[in-house]
Amino acid sequence: MMATQPGHTTIRMIRPAWLLAALILFLPLASGCATVKPWQREILADPIMQPGRNPIAAAQLDHIYFSREAASGGTTVGGGGCGCN
Amino acid sequence: MSPHNKSIPPALLAALLTMMIPVVCFANFKQGDNLPDLASFHLEGKLPEKLEGQVILLDFWASWCGPCKSSFPAMEELSKKYVDQGLTIVAVSVDKNQENMQRFLKSAKVSFTVVRDAQQKLVAAADIHAMPTSFLIDRSGKIRFIHTGFNGDETTRQYLKEIEQLLGEPKP
Repeated sequence: MMATQPGHTTIRMIRPAWLLAALILFLPLASGCATVKPWQREILADPIMQPGRNPIAAAQLDHIYFSREAASGGTTVGGGGCGCN
Repeated sequence: MSPHNKSIPPALLAALLTMMIPVVCFANFKQGDNLPDLASFHLEGKLPEKLEGQVILLDFWASWCGPCKSSFPAMEELSKKYVDQGLTIVAVSVDKNQENMQRFLKSAKVSFTVVRDAQQKLVAAADIHAMPTSFLIDRSGKIRFIHTGFNGDETTRQYLKEIEQLLGEPKP
């Protein structure tokens, strides 16, 4: 697509498809997410990183979530830090 | 482009394909691959002098990983049972903190080789998906079996079966 401005200057416009392609390519780079590899979970596996310090209460809560929503885990690093859950 | 053309624009297709490249490019150890030279990864600790022609159990573990620590007694049993037949266990710690590793090893007292991947280069090359992950390598240096996680007796039984199979194969 071409456009002409007063003074006979011709500028090249970007095609929408290329603009969309560029957005798809570069938008993920703008996110703040980082994947933590299993061998990098040393700090996450520390007991101090657990939101609840009472293991019995935490197990009860997990059981409630599991019964109600069929969901489990997601509160801390699974399986004692192994990342295998 | 015609407004009625429903096909994917080439630019969009190129962008989508480019996004898929990193997924394909990551190196990881797969069944059938040859085990790379462990010495080239600058591991802390002494590797066994003779790895060629041995059946190797390469295990990635950490002192902060509960299931990894649970697997140590089983690996010690396997080592004692099969060391004379040609099994070598190499446990690679990915601990950043050497003291934590040493503290655990002091209590575990194992006879097999333990090294530390301080720079985490070997584990990154292996690109494991969980801790612990172990690789069973045959006498020709090929990765034959991969274990993800440690499930107590179930994993031990699988180890026994696979190690006996590999030890029973003719030497290259």
